[in-house]
Amino acid sequence: MDALLFFLFAAIAVGCAINLVLQTHPISSALSLVGVMGSLAVLYLLLGGEFIAAVQLIVYAGAIMVLFIFVIMLLNAGAEKKPTRNILRAAVALPLLFTLLAIGAFLVASQTPSTDVVKFGSFLVGGHEIGRALFTTYLLPFEATSILILIAILGAIVLARKEI
Amino acid sequence: MPASFVPPSPQELFRFAPEMLMTVIATLIMVMEPLSAPEGKRKFAVITFLTLVAGIVLTLMGASDPGTAFSKMLVLDGFAEFFRILVMVVGLLIVLISTNYLKLEQHESGEYYALILFSIIGQCLMVSANELIMLFIGLECSSIASYVLAGYLRDDKRNNESALKYFLLGSFATAFLLYGVAWIYGLTGTTNLSAIRATLLDPTNHPNLVMLGAATALLFVGLAFKVSAAPFQMWAPDVYQGAPAPVTAFMSVGPKAAAFAMFLRILMTAFEPLKDRWEPILWTSALVTMLIGNFAALRQANIKRLLAYSSIAHAGYVMVALTTHSEIGTAAAMFYLASYAFMNIGAFAVVTYLARRGEKHVATQDLAGLSQTQPLVAAMLTIFLLSLTGIPLTAGFFGKFYIFKAALDANLVWLAVLGMLNSAVAAYYYLRIIVVMYMEPPAESAEELLAPTAGIRVAIFCTAIVTLFLGIFPSIILDFAGKSAALIR
Repeated sequence: MDALLFFLFAAIAVGCAINLVLQTHPISSALSLVGVMGSLAVLYLLLGGEFIAAVQLIVYAGAIMVLFIFVIMLLNAGAEKKPTRNILRAAVALPLLFTLLAIGAFLVASQTPSTDVVKFGSFLVGGHEIGRALFTTYLLPFEATSILILIAILGAIVLARKEI
Repeated sequence: MPASFVPPSPQELFRFAPEMLMTVIATLIMVMEPLSAPEGKRKFAVITFLTLVAGIVLTLMGASDPGTAFSKMLVLDGFAEFFRILVMVVGLLIVLISTNYLKLEQHESGEYYALILFSIIGQCLMVSANELIMLFIGLECSSIASYVLAGYLRDDKRNNESALKYFLLGSFATAFLLYGVAWIYGLTGTTNLSAIRATLLDPTNHPNLVMLGAATALLFVGLAFKVSAAPFQMWAPDVYQGAPAPVTAFMSVGPKAAAFAMFLRILMTAFEPLKDRWEPILWTSALVTMLIGNFAALRQANIKRLLAYSSIAHAGYVMVALTTHSEIGTAAAMFYLASYAFMNIGAFAVVTYLARRGEKHVATQDLAGLSQTQPLVAAMLTIFLLSLTGIPLTAGFFGKFYIFKAALDANLVWLAVLGMLNSAVAAYYYLRIIVVMYMEPPAESAEELLAPTAGIRVAIFCTAIVTLFLGIFPSIILDFAGKSAALIR
């Protein structure tokens, strides 16, 4: 059952990712990305990372994608022009891509010692523990992130406002 | 995981005091900026200057009490103090050369200074971080502020190009770094540098070497990008050429010194057990960086672009020091970064002064006859260029001397020899500028060059004095660097 769900959602994620690149209209690409994010969230949930699954949905599928779509609509971006297909380029690129994937798969397969399948909820960590770590051990990075976000806001204002 | 929360002790808070002070002041500047009159923007420069001075004093006061802070997120050893003071001094000099530039471009505002302060906060976090997460946050603070500063003059096309290139490539490089951090966490179960070191040294633990190699390679991509080491140096010339001259001065020393500090700390603490595997990669990268920087600089007619390539070449020399994996090498890198900061800011201060409004005069040929129109400025620029070349009696000579000495001690004879040949190549393009200044008459049509303003003058004099002083008495910084090169592990 675990394996079945994993392969189902992994296939959806990969399919959406390929579709994202193939689509010519930015909105279709953005919607495919929602599919990728959503299925990734399910994969996290399968591992027991309920918190990270929720964050994945809220932050990526929710906030960031909405922002993407807003920007695309504001800029009124149309379909991209299809570049002329170059058979020669594809003939070189595709075998190279598959070779790279094969080498990567081989390395991962040969280097990972255990062949046990990860069971549903292997890494069950509640939001409680995450919250505790965030506000004790990782308090400083947590607070420093607020400075980081402040810098981003300041930067956006500097670059975008009308008069200086 | 701790059972209960232990609030940070006063000592820990004091070790973090410079950053807290700068954060508060930078935020205050943001609040005060809309309330101040357009002609009253000069006060933000003064506030920033005083804050940085206070930050340096606080850092010096904390130097007697080294240790960790905030659950070992930060480690305040001599190494961190050294680089903290260095980036804050760089900030001081940048404020001095920025005020008049911003006035000429009619872009004086508090945000510029707030961004400089935020960038320095990020660099302070980078140099004292003992945790990969903290390193990442510090690096992002420093980088995001630099991206914005590079595009600060929004209406200038070159600024836009520079900021966009820097932002896109920089975020890409940071993503590599973060991915590497995630892999390291997966392999060792920790992001603390000391704990990673302990895990790698533990004989009962066999971290998978191929996976570890991939993780460190990802880290290397991110770090090499930030220090503009080959093969990730191609962003530097375009970004440095397009950004406002004072910002280029800042980017070429402050964030770079901080990035080298974190590179050194990662290499010397967490991944020291793997040093044999790092060495060939660093060796190649150091050599290629020096070659690309020096040979590309030979053909440049734009002085900012020339200094950008020279900055790549200098990153190559520091990479030689990194390759040695020794305390002497670390001390040599620290000394080199400090002396490079002074001579390079000095050179850029002169460039800022000569560029004038709209940065119209940035070709090497615009320096023709400078020895007649502004003999003192020409003499100062000569000092900086001789120091960048590595002529004795300047800081640059001892910087290179200690680096190549450390390389010879570490049996990197070939790298040292090739590095020295490289600095001979570099002499050509630095001396060419001096020849143009002294041998060629000023162009007929050249507009009159006003005397430098007080800020620029102070910056040029201070950097020139330090450059000469370190060339005669290098032991002052070198002793401190040697003492603090033994990092807290």
